[in-house]
Order: sequence, then C-alpha cells, then structure tokens
Amino acid sequence: MSESFRIADTKDSRVSGRPLRFVFDGIAYQGREGDTLASALLANGVHLMGRSYKYHRPRGVLSAGAEEPNALVAVTRGPGRMTPNLRATQVELFDGLTASSQNNWPSLAFDAGAINDLAGKFFSAGFYYKTFMGPKVAGNWLWTKVFEPIVRQAAGLGARTTEPDPDRYAQFYTHCDVLICGGGAAGIAAALAAGKSGKDVIFCDEQAEFGGSLLHEGTASIDGKPARDWLADALAELRTFSNVRLMPRTQAFGYYAQNFVALSERVADHLAEAPNGARERLWQVRAKEVVIATGAIERPLVFPGNDRPGVMLAEAARIYLNRYGVKVGSRVVIVTAHDSAYRVALDLAAAGVVVAAIADTRANPPVARLIEAKAAGLRVIPSATVTDTKGRLRVSGIGIAAVSGVVVDAPEWVACDAVLMSGGWTPSVHLYSQSRGKVVWHEDRQMFLPGASVQAERSAGACKGSFALVDILIEGYRAGEEASGASGLRAFAVSGDAGIEGGTMGRLPLLPGSKGKAFVDFQNDVKADDIELAVQEGMRSIEHVKRYTTTGMATDQGKTSNLNALAIAAGKLGKSIPQVGLTTFRQPYTPVTFGAFAGANRGDLFDPVRQTPIHSWAEENGAAFEDVGIWKRAWYFPRQGEDMHAAVKRECQQARASAGIFDASTLGKIEVVGPDAAAFMEKLYTNPWAKLEPGRCRYGLMLNEAGFVIDDGVIARMGDDRFHVTTTTGGAPRVLHHMEDYLQTEFPDLKVWLTSTTEQWAVIAVQGPKARDIIAPLVTGIDLSKDAMPHMSIREGKVCGVPARVMRVSFTGELGYEINVPADYGRSVWEAVWAEGRKYNAVAYGTEAMHVMRAEKGYIIVGQETDGTVTPDDLGLNWAVGKAKKDFVGKRSLIRPDMVVEGRKQLVGLLTDNPATVLEEGAQITAASAAPTRTSALGHVTSSYESPALGRSIALALVADGRKRMGETLYVPMPGGAIAVKVVGPVFVDPKGDRVNE
Amino acid sequence: MLLIRCPYCEMERPELEFRYGGEAHVARPLDPMATSDDEWADYLYFRSNPRGLHAERWRHINGCGRFFNAIRDTVSDKIVVTYKAGEARPATTGEIA
Repeated sequence: MSESFRIADTKDSRVSGRPLRFVFDGIAYQGREGDTLASALLANGVHLMGRSYKYHRPRGVLSAGAEEPNALVAVTRGPGRMTPNLRATQVELFDGLTASSQNNWPSLAFDAGAINDLAGKFFSAGFYYKTFMGPKVAGNWLWTKVFEPIVRQAAGLGARTTEPDPDRYAQFYTHCDVLICGGGAAGIAAALAAGKSGKDVIFCDEQAEFGGSLLHEGTASIDGKPARDWLADALAELRTFSNVRLMPRTQAFGYYAQNFVALSERVADHLAEAPNGARERLWQVRAKEVVIATGAIERPLVFPGNDRPGVMLAEAARIYLNRYGVKVGSRVVIVTAHDSAYRVALDLAAAGVVVAAIADTRANPPVARLIEAKAAGLRVIPSATVTDTKGRLRVSGIGIAAVSGVVVDAPEWVACDAVLMSGGWTPSVHLYSQSRGKVVWHEDRQMFLPGASVQAERSAGACKGSFALVDILIEGYRAGEEASGASGLRAFAVSGDAGIEGGTMGRLPLLPGSKGKAFVDFQNDVKADDIELAVQEGMRSIEHVKRYTTTGMATDQGKTSNLNALAIAAGKLGKSIPQVGLTTFRQPYTPVTFGAFAGANRGDLFDPVRQTPIHSWAEENGAAFEDVGIWKRAWYFPRQGEDMHAAVKRECQQARASAGIFDASTLGKIEVVGPDAAAFMEKLYTNPWAKLEPGRCRYGLMLNEAGFVIDDGVIARMGDDRFHVTTTTGGAPRVLHHMEDYLQTEFPDLKVWLTSTTEQWAVIAVQGPKARDIIAPLVTGIDLSKDAMPHMSIREGKVCGVPARVMRVSFTGELGYEINVPADYGRSVWEAVWAEGRKYNAVAYGTEAMHVMRAEKGYIIVGQETDGTVTPDDLGLNWAVGKAKKDFVGKRSLIRPDMVVEGRKQLVGLLTDNPATVLEEGAQITAASAAPTRTSALGHVTSSYESPALGRSIALALVADGRKRMGETLYVPMPGGAIAVKVVGPVFVDPKGDRVNE
Repeated sequence: MLLIRCPYCEMERPELEFRYGGEAHVARPLDPMATSDDEWADYLYFRSNPRGLHAERWRHINGCGRFFNAIRDTVSDKIVVTYKAGEARPATTGEIA
C-alpha cells in the first residue's frame, strides 16, 4: 500500500502527479515530484524518522522547514557523496534518492541505545560538568571507564564519510543595491517594490519555490484572487524584471559588518544526476540595503510526552496537507494556545481527517474561532492542558485535562494518531541580531522584536511581529520601496485571513506527580525539568542555563526551543524574561557544508606553492623536499640506497672536502636604493654602513624597537646609493614591511626606495675549498683571486654570459660564493656550475646539510636560535652592533635594565658526554642531574645534529649566564634519564675562521 | 569583512587588502638615547586601549602599500574616518556608537 496518506485530489497542492522512487532505511517507497523527503515519508504513513541525541527516544518529524530538530537524515549519492545531518523537511525528493536515519543501532524501530531513556537520571542537566568535575579519582574513573564509552557510542549525530568529496564548490562575490532575504509574502511584496524601482535586486529564499506561507494558503485571498494565484502572478511579474535576480534554494545564513551577507545556494542536491558544475555556491554579497523578511517559527508546547512520533507543529500539518497533499494522520488532536491552529483544524477536517478535539490552553478563545469550529462540527476544549501522551513508535492517545485556577483535573484520554500543537509564533530575528541590532522585548506581545537598525537594513512581516497577511504585504512593500529609494505606497486587499491572537511560552500546567518527560530542546534532548534543575543548582543567566543544560546548542541552535527554555528559567527564577536575557544568535542560520567554505581551496589549491627556478632540476635529481613557509626546498639528495642520515653525512663531508652546490634562491632579497640609502640602513640595522665601501658585504643584524633580533642576512653595497639586502627565507615579507613602516612613518624625509627582488634573482651557492676552481671557467669580467675579491665582497660581471652579482660569502665556514643571476637563467647557470662541479666530485646539497654545516660553524638561524626575546649580546653578536652609532631601531632598548641584567640566556655549544647521543631540540637544561620539581630550567637546546666534521653530536643552546659556564657540566632531563652535557663555545669547526679566507 | 577606505587610493577596499598596525600617533622619540627608562618603556609598551574611538595605523599592504591612519570604534568595529599618515587626527565625536 503506497502513499496511503496522499489525498486523491492533488490539484491544490504543489506536488505534481509524477511518481518518484526513493529508499529510506533500506525500504523502497514512492513519492511525488515536488515532495520533500519528509512529505514523501508522511504520505506513506511514516512519522518515525530519527532517534534522539541522548535518550535514543523515537522521534518523528516536528516541522516542515529549516527549524526541524528531529528528522535528521543522511543522504547517500555514491562514494564520497554522503551528507549527514540533513533535515528531511528540506531534502527535495528525486528519483532514486537514498536516505537513512541516524543515531540508532541496530535499527530505527528497535534501537538498543534506548536503554539510555531508562537511565535518564544519569543524563540530567550538567551531566558533562558533573562527571568531569566530580571527585578526582572517582570522576576520572567514571568518565573514562563508564560514561565516555557510553556517550561516545550513543550520543551524536550522523557519521561523516571518510572518502574524498568528488563534488565542486564555487564561491562568488557580488554587489547589489537591495538584498531581500526571505521569499514569503513580505519578501515578495518587497521584491515587487524594489523591482519596479529599477535598482539591482537580489531576492533569495532557502526553499525551492518562492512564496513561503502563501504556498500552502488555501483560504485567504489577495486583491480578489486566491492567495496562490496572486503568488503565481506576482512571481511572473518579478520574472519580467531584468534587474531582479531570483535565487531559490539559497539560504542567507550570515549577516556581517557593512551589509556583508553570506548566502549558501544548493545547486545540485535536488537533481537525480549530479551536474558538471558546482554542487553548491557560496555567495558573499555586499548590499547597499537589506530587507529581512525571514518570517516566524511556530513554537512547540511543552507537555509530557510531547516528543512522541506523530506529535508535531500544527502549521506543519497544514503545510503537508495544502502544499504536498499529505495527511499527517487520520485522527488528530489539536493542542493550541494560538488562533492559527484553528485554520489547521478546519483545513484537515475539510480534507476528511477526523479532528477529535481542539484543546485550547486559553480560557476564552476568541469568539470568531469558536464559531468557525462549531460550524465545522469540531469540539473545542478551553482551559486545556495535556497530562501525557501514549504510544511507542507513534502517538496513540493524549490525555487532555481542564485547568481551573492552578488545579489540573483528571485527564480525558483521546485516541489519535497525530497531535498538532501550537504555542504561537516566534519572529525569526536571527539575521537582524547578527547585523548587531539589539532585539527588544515587548511585554504586551510576549516577543523579542527588532529594535533600531545598526546597518542599512529593515525587517518586514512576521519577523517584525506582524502576523496579519495584509500588514505583512503592506510592510513588505514599504520596506522594498524604502530600500530602493522609491515611494508610492501600494494597498493590498486581503480576505479570509486566519486569526492572529494567542501564544504561550514555557510548560503547560502539570498533573501533580507527573513523571512524563516534557521536552524543550528536542535535538539536544533537554527537558523542562533539566532547565529547572539548572536554576535550582545556581544558574542565573540564560547563558549559564544554556551551557549547563546544552539547550539551544544543537545544530538547530534552538530555533523551536529557546523561548520556551527562557520562559521556564525565568519562571523558576521569578524574574521577567528580559532580566534573564536572550542568548546570542550566531551565524550560520542553518548548517553550511565545509565544501562551500573551502570552495576551490583544497588539494593542490589549498595553499600556494613557491618553487625556485632550480626546483625542476632538484626534482629530476631525486631530491627530497621540505616545506619552508610555502617554499618547497630541496632537503637532501639521496643516492641509491641512502637514507636521509647517510645522504646528509655524505653531502656535508663532500662539501667540506671538495665543494657543495646549493640552491639559495629562497633567500629574501630587497634592493634598497636612493641618495639616503646608507642613512636608512644605519637606522634599520645595528651595524655601521656609512663607511662600507661599494663592492663589500657585511653581516647585518636587524632588531625590533624592543631590542630583540628579528632578522639577519648578508648585505652588499652595490654603490653609494644602492644596497643588495638579503634576509632569511621566511623573513622577507616581514622585513620589507618593517622597513616600509619606518620609512613611511618615522623617517619619511629619507629619499629611499625599497623593492622586493626575492624572485628576480636565482642564487647558486658554491661552498668548499674547490669553489673558486669550479666557478672560475664560467665567470667573465671578475677577478676572482684571493686578493682581488676577498671574503665578504661582491662583484658584478657575467656568469655563463649572463649578467650576475657574485658574492664571496659563506654559510658553511668554507670558501664560498653565491652567484646571483636573473631568475630565468637560474636553471641553465646551475647546470653549468654542476657540470664544472662534477669535475671536482662536488655534491649538490640540501637544506639539512646546510643546517648541519652552519651549526658546526656556530652560525645562528633567526627563529631557531632566537625566539623574539634574544638580544645581540645574548647571541654573542655584539661585534655586529655599531657602538658609535647615535641611533638605530632597537638601540635604546639594549640598555634597558632587563637587557643588561645578569643571568640572561646566552648562546653556547653543548657536547654530550656520550658522543653518540643527539639531544632533542627544545629540550630543557638543568644544573642538577635530578633537578627538584618546580625549579626553572637554565635554558634549552636550540639546534642539535650529528656533525660529520667532528664525528660526534653537537648542539647549540641558550643557557643562563652561558658564557660564564664554559667547561661546566649541565644536564638535559629526558624520559630515559638526564643526559650530561659539557658547555663549550658555539663554534665547533675552524674557530679561527681561516678557511673562509682561502 | 570590513570595507576600508584607503586615503591614498581614495576608494573602499576589502579588509583582506589591509594589515593592522597598532595605535596611531605614537611618535618615536627623536633622540631615543635621551629618554629615561620609564619614558622609553612607555613608548614601547603602553597603549591607550580605549573603549570607543581609537586612532590606529593600517597599511594597504596588498594594494598601494601605504601606511595610513583610521579612527575606529572599538565597540561597534566601525571605521569612522581614515586619513593619511602625518596628518593630524581629525575631530570626531567621542561617543560610542
């Protein structure tokens, strides 16, 4: 028996006759084109769609829209295309759709986790806090051994797929004059007004169809036409406006600063075949004006057993009936505090559904409602409350009792297969609140409504507390005109609108001793009792109640629950609602996929990659690469059968024995040019520059104003007015920013221009005793002889016929050159140098060997030997500080009391007693082998390697008063016991520095 | 994402093009060596951190590269006005938006 709850005549519904097949939890069903998964299941009499979060109680669909807390499903569309936690009320049906329920085992109907329902006491308010914060031993034991395994297994939502997502996601930025969020009556009226103005309009709605409540309005007429006909005409008119972009299936989920609104558009999820284009689009819209027309959400009533499948929001039943042609049951009971549910009763009765009773919580429902009900032959029970409901996987009966004063009478049990409840309507002020507007509590209407606008926006319709259709239309139109700067108010004639009175918050009166669970937050399984318990246990603000009970913290962010929770907390505290406060509305309104946020930024496009001009050669020659920032640098060049250790050892030994060739192109390079270039360098570096002759190089040290080392590098003077500055690989942008800062804001009178040239030069370092012999045949126009071109000099000439800057510098302690050639010639010059190098058995070496060799020589690396708290003196680099200089950035700080105090950490070398032991970088250093607990470390290891030159381990470290401790034995405590180390100078190889001057 | 008006480019550009640069109008002493330890520490580390209007430095680092100043309300995050480096702080009302 298929679709037994579909009404035969579907001409009024939006659902076409075309049948579609779909599968839910392995069972095949039939639905219709235009259905949602929820409406199609209801058409087949299926209410049970999920299990609850903590108690695993069976849950049916509550709503018909984005606010749905219960019917969360996973939709599977093939490998990597599984989307969990979708609201069945928003999943559009297509032929072949496959969906499954979540959070149950072994099946939805028989769920072993439902044992938690009986263990309910363990899961009361503050459960997590109490088990985490309980007595230390018992608490830890209870948590790790008892609760965590249970909770991890039981709690939660759907599982994600572990396969890569094959879909594409697009991102767009766009601008418009008017953005209208929400496609109901107010939004349509606003769009008509804004459309006529000729302004550029974006009109978006989360649903597949525009119209909102008009889509299921079967009674009211607008301007003499049935509402749905008026809607069709209005949409047809809107489509004639070329200046209006209609965006269905598009949720405005976040409102940010300066009218920046984020939209999530579902492009493909409703299609049976995935299209070639994007699955979703993320729109980042900058709107001059915004109209918020987001409507209102019906509030559930809080009574025992209000979560049984078949208990749902009243208007949802009307939506399923009028829009989808689906009866939610055959015999229903309406429980309401608001007029709107009477229209639900009338429509259902007219469709042949038995409406057993309308239980109205109000003592005196409006006469007009009573007359309507009587005319339809419906029974109304005023002053009603609900004592409990019956049924296991579906509601089968409801206990209705009259309330006189505070006394609840004995209940009358009414058999039913659906209970339709309405506590009234909560305006959706989410977007307004996200725009940083402050909602205002209206005591007379018992509503939070938008207050003053902070941004260029206005609300219209139900989200502003207007519920009469005529008011909604007029307000929407006015908002559209205001937003587009037009005027010429339009009148709307509405007849047959439903009543708009009523509403309640909090729990309904209870029978004394009632034990049934009355749920407030369905998705997080928070009961009215939990909120009262939280207050009893000392929570005073709704922010605390929320976190203690987790009410409103589920993926639906309390769309149906927040006001009830607030009213219960306020009632228990004896305070007014605004005194207890309202929790913050946060983006996103509904969950947005990670795919939409990631867009194209994944896989190879996740992060930019920088490669040197010599990268391809390194690849072809088997280099292993390491990431240095976003640079890919050749790490080492393993030969057949070599591991990293062996390769690095060979590279170091061969470089010192003959020569090594190294790609140093990643070094930051800045050209400092201008008549005041030297004066500028004097200010920015600790060293003196005024007297440095053109053609000479100097090691430069850069401090921040606080006196701490932030960068270093070799700097060459090219001429009176020109410096070739090198920086650390990672520091180049930071150094340029630092230089620009001082040049623009502190020394703006200096005539200097700064240009980043990092990527203009390829840099080939040739280091080792044979370095000169290797490059000599390739160099023209430069006298490379020892006397003509000493250590720390630079010459311009040609290498392989290419204009080049050749520097004689060393980061290994060996004779060395760095050849700078225009980047496009980098690889060909490298190959020529390599060919020459082969004659001397030279090696190509990578960054690891570079690190080892510089540590052997005691050369620091900024960021490894320094951490932002290290001064030149700490590093033993006082020789690089120009004492006679009047000023440089950081100079004044170097004589602050803390900078000259005894006990500062200083750079030293460490040698382990056991030469085979290689210390861990970052390890702490103590004076005693078993330092008492709570004593401070003397310092830490900054660099540590096995040194091929020494045939043993070496380390650099920052140690308190390190230079006074030469020869002392200190300890590096490690899990296997303290390691004894001897403090030595930081230069392990060629301390006199003869080799660089070869 | 904020839109920030660069006073050099004379146009509003998205926040992504800019970098924040701390409080504005904190002038480096002309002769740092003549300052006392307290004066120097004050220059280095002490900032006004107001609740409300705050004059601060921004750099159009992914645009023209220039440093400029902005008056921003630290409560509402609204930038009231931007102006070129070296210009005096414009008169703005002190009220918190």
